[in-house]
Order: sequence, then structure tokens, then C-alpha cells
Amino acid sequence: MRGGLSRRKVLAAGLAGSAALALGGCARTHDAPTLWAIGNEAIVLPALLERLGLGRVEVQALPWSGAHQKLLTGYVGKALPDLAQVGNSWIAELTTLGALDPVPADLASGPDQFDAVLASNRIGGRLMAAPWYVDTRVQFYRTDLFARAGYDTPPLDWQGWKAALARICRQGTDYGVLLPLDEFEHLQTFALSSGARFLRENGTRGAFSAPAFVEALGFYKSLFDERLAPIVTGAQIANRWAEFARGWFATYPSGPWMIGEMRDRLPAAMQDAWATALNPGPDGAGAAAPGGSSFVVFAEGRRKREAWDVVRRLIAPEAQLALHRATGDLPALRPVWDAADLAQDPIVAPFARQLELARPLPKVPEWERVVSEMQIVADLMVRGEFTVRAAAAEMDRRVDEILAKRRWMLERGDTA
Amino acid sequence: MSGALTRAERRAGWLFSGPALLAIALFFVLPTLASLALSLTDFDIYALADIGNLRFVGLANYAALVADPLFWTALRNTLWFVVLGVPLVVAVSLFAAILVNERAVAWRPVWRVAFFAPYVATLVAAAVVWKYLLHTRYGLVNYALGGLGLPPVDWLGDPRWAIPAITLFVVWKSFGYAMLIFLAALQTVPRELDDAARIDGAGWWSRLRHVTLPAIAPAAWLVAILTVIAMFQLFAEPYVMTEGGPAQSTVTVLYLMFEEGFQWWNLGLGAAVAVVLFGCILAAALLPALTLRLFRVRRP
Repeated sequence: MRGGLSRRKVLAAGLAGSAALALGGCARTHDAPTLWAIGNEAIVLPALLERLGLGRVEVQALPWSGAHQKLLTGYVGKALPDLAQVGNSWIAELTTLGALDPVPADLASGPDQFDAVLASNRIGGRLMAAPWYVDTRVQFYRTDLFARAGYDTPPLDWQGWKAALARICRQGTDYGVLLPLDEFEHLQTFALSSGARFLRENGTRGAFSAPAFVEALGFYKSLFDERLAPIVTGAQIANRWAEFARGWFATYPSGPWMIGEMRDRLPAAMQDAWATALNPGPDGAGAAAPGGSSFVVFAEGRRKREAWDVVRRLIAPEAQLALHRATGDLPALRPVWDAADLAQDPIVAPFARQLELARPLPKVPEWERVVSEMQIVADLMVRGEFTVRAAAAEMDRRVDEILAKRRWMLERGDTA
Repeated sequence: MSGALTRAERRAGWLFSGPALLAIALFFVLPTLASLALSLTDFDIYALADIGNLRFVGLANYAALVADPLFWTALRNTLWFVVLGVPLVVAVSLFAAILVNERAVAWRPVWRVAFFAPYVATLVAAAVVWKYLLHTRYGLVNYALGGLGLPPVDWLGDPRWAIPAITLFVVWKSFGYAMLIFLAALQTVPRELDDAARIDGAGWWSRLRHVTLPAIAPAAWLVAILTVIAMFQLFAEPYVMTEGGPAQSTVTVLYLMFEEGFQWWNLGLGAAVAVVLFGCILAAALLPALTLRLFRVRRP
């Protein structure tokens, strides 16, 4: 009897306690702004916010592979946070949905920022997202493997670059370059380098059969045909840093987040054996997409003013410097580059030069899907289902279908 | 028969079945009708922003599906999963059930737990382990193949091997549940029949064929139909193991629906895929039952 009574008491106390906890938890989440962040930034953001005195902001982490989808789902389900980190190429789409609150005038000041990035965040003349960090892709290469083949740095013209990879392969490295077949960015970089425009007629039709794109597509295919790049998807590579250290491939195009990863994950003995270089182009240094993340505040949010205040403090120079120290992300503000002496850092300097060579991507809401389809067809082409010309025609066909609704909307007079 | 029911009985019948019918109408019939209606529109991201951008397109979504090679790829992949997976699940689960039902087998509870454990294991965690097992260069499976002198197989990277590889995982993951159904059926087989057959001199195989299997035939049909339905609805396994790749060789019909509907928010087209899938599953589930009935009517 006594046992039963005490057990009941314990149970009641426990229930009351957990109810109080739950209520306390609710109270906390209900008045603190919520922030969705992606990838590495989501990992370092809580500590950064704490240092800025914004510890009460609740950070939820999304993976890069699921973030775009999650934002759209959040919009449809009216479950968006107050503010979020978004990839710059998604801003046009979110603007079309009417999901975003325009950037307040005092945050939109321009002179210290990179023009290509500001231009990509400006939709219909209004700045819709505040640039946080910028990025672009360069190649991360094994200095020892290139040196053994007789190169101080990778050659920057396509033919020379390919000859170097072939030579490295002949010396016993499995592959020259890693270009995972599920990542559209690599083909996109080659296409930007050869001057492809991707879309035509005000972004309503594909322009993949244009000579510039076909040239890039042919070069991309030749890397796989000549066994200089492995036919693998990202999901198949258990650990790409381990493979890089093992010398499975000699170079891999990636972004600034890779700097921190390389320093953390490669063994100490490997730290002197890697460097960064510009992307190769048809005849000399190639182009790249101006990437990066920006902060958006959602139009439906109840704490917009507070959210913009959080943004204001997160994009301040000191905060950008702290972010760079924590992740290797490149600051969106030019003065921070000078303050951190980034242009002198041999690993970071190529990013600055590559950013100068950046070429903007088309700003259509369907862009994410367009490049996904482009890569699906490219994947099939590499596996032998299409010739280069047939693949380009197939991309045009698929992309024209994706853009059918956009054509109808533009004909009707809506500018999306 | 219904003539024999009194009014009160009839009312009680409706009362008892009412809640279930209401739930079915609310959570099954209504959504099905709604997606049927949705599949006749071009509901997409523009319509989400402004409902004025919604157009009634008739059967255009279905026409687009029929013209889309990916739809046929997805249908073919799904049928492959059904053709490979269903016989395997039935065979493996029946074998496992007979094994754990055999009095001569020691440690039967341990076997039961071991066979059932994959079914309750978290899918994503199990998939991660399987991805390592199937890894081309470091995987245990290729290591074992190498021991037998066979060349390594690029399980999840080669479009020809990805479906068999995922089928293996699905069979391993789901046979425990079918085993339970078989086990329950096996335990209803009267021991006397088995003993009588044994006294008549029947061996293990002929007792299985002429005594056990006829007795558990209904359970086998149930398992087959349930597995067909599950295989048609395959989604999470390819999503976690290969994300539909390599080269879309593991995109299933449900995966296509998810991609159209929830990745790109083409809800109209996604709904059309859902309706087609609904038709497929309905046919696959009804066809065996109908043929069985025809078979039974003709036989006497």
C-alpha cells in the first residue's frame, strides 16, 4: 500500500515537473525569434549569436541537400521561421512567392559589398536579401601530385589542364578530378567559363544547344570518357577528404567551406600538400557563379523588426570576421577582407580573384529545377545514353517544359 | 439475408460501423477525391503565391505523364521491385517461419527475435549500415564476393545493380513481419495431420507440400498481396540509399510523386501520379483476389 502511494506521488510529481518544463519551453520558444541556418553555418551560429548577445535566438539546422525543399514546404505549411539563411540563387523564387520582406533601407547600403552579389539579390529593383557571406568555387588540388607531374600549379586552359590530369593519372593516381555526377555546379562552372547563357528569350526557353554550352558539355563528357574523372555520385563517396588524402583524385572544385573542412579533416602530414587555384577555362582562367548565402526575413513573421535587428548585428563587420575565423566563409563586406588580410592568404586569395571573374546566373524562379534537370541529362550522357548534341537538345526540351508556366504568366503580363 | 434484419438490428449495425465509415470517408475518400480534382489542374508554385494563377487543364497532366520517359522509367523500376521483391519476401519469410516453428530447432526465441529485429530497426540507420556493406571498395559484400573469386560489384553506383541491391535491403528489412503472419498460420496447422502423414511414411518435403502449404495458403495470399502493395509504395529505401540515382535508375512511382509534388511543388502533376499509382495498386490487389474467386467458382 505504502509503495503504491509513493509511486503515485512520484508519478504525479514527475508529471507536474514535465508539464512545467514543457510550459517553460513553450514560453521560451514563443517570444524568441527563430532562425533557420544551413550546413556549417548552422553549427557555428549558436556560439556566434551568444557572443553577439543574441543567445536567445533559436537556431534550427538544415542540411544543404534538403534546405531548398524545406523552405518551400515551410512556406506552404505556414511554418516558416522569422528569418533564415538562404542560398542566393533561391531569392528570385522566394520573392515570386511573396514570402520575403524587402531589406530595410538602412541595411541596403551598397558601396562595401560585391556588386555581383548585390545584383543577384536585387529582384525587380528591390533588395530582397542581405548578403551574409559570399562564395564561389575554385579547385582544391594536391600540390604534391601536380609537382610530381611537373606542374607548380594547375594549368588554367582546358587543354593544358586536361593534359596535366592525364599525366597525373599515368603516374598512378586513380583519377585526375572528382566531379560527382549528382552535383550540377561543376558543369555549371564549365558552362559559365565558355560563356554559356543557359536561357534565352527573357528566361523563358532553354539555350543549351547554343555553341558555348555545347562546347562546355563536350569538355565535361570528355573528362569521364578519358577516365580522368570517376563515374560516381556524391552519395557513393563515403568520405571525400579521406579519398583526397589517399590520392584517389588530384583536384576537386569546391567552395570556401572546404577550407575549414580540409584543415579539420586532413591528417597533419597532408596540410602542406594542398592548395587552391582558379577554375580552368577554354583559354585561360575560367568563370564561376557568384554564390553565397544571404539573410531573409519572412513577410508573414510576427517579429520582423526584431528579425532585421538580428540580421543587422550578424552582418556587421566584426560578426563577419568571426564567421570567417570559424568556418572559412568569405565576408560579404570588402573592408572585412582588408581587415583580415584575406587577400594575402595564399589559400583564400584565389577566391577573391575568382569572385572578380564571376558571371551571374539567370534569375528565374524555376532555376533550381532547371539546373537539376540539366544535371540529370548530363549524368545520363556520361553513362552513354546521349551524345553531346542529343543531350543538349534533351536539356532544351525538358527546360522548355519546366518554363511553360512562366511563358504563360509573362504573356498574361505578370512579370515574375 | 438482409430481409431477416429488424429495424433495431439495422440501426445497431449502422451505429457500430458508423465511426469507422466516417473516418474512412473523412481521411480516405475525401482526400482521394481531392487529389483527383487536383490532378486536373496545374496547381504549382505560382498558384501557391496567387490562386489566380491556377488553371483547369483537364487531362493535360496525364498526357504529360504518358509523354514523360521518366514516368515509364519509374513504372518499370517499380515493377522490377515488385517482380524481384514479392517472391523473395514470400520465400524468405516462409522459410524463416518454418525454421522458427520447427520443434527440433534449438534457441527458437532467439531466432525469432533475430529475424524480426530488422523490421523494427530504424530505416535510416539500417540504410546507412547497408550503404557501408554495399560499398564498392570497402564493403563487406564485395569482400565476400572477392573471397569467392568474383569481381567486385558497384552495387549502388551501377544502374543495373542498384535495384537488386535495394531489393536485398528491402527483403531483409521486411521479411520479419511476413514471417509473423506465416508463423501464426503455421501454428494453426493441426499436429495430428502432420503426425498422420508421418505415420503414413511421408517425408519432410511431401508433408510440407501436401499438409502444411495447403493449410497456410490463405496466409500466403495475404502476405503476397500485402507485399505487392508495399513494393508499389516503395519510397524511403531508394530515397535514403541512392536518392533515386544512379541516373534515375531507382526512381519509383511514389518517388516521382514526391519529387513532383513536394520537391518542385507541381502539385497538379504530383496528384496525377498519385491517381495512377492508386489505380495500379488497386488492380494489383484486386486481380489475385478476383482470379482466385473465378478459380473457385469454376472448380466444383
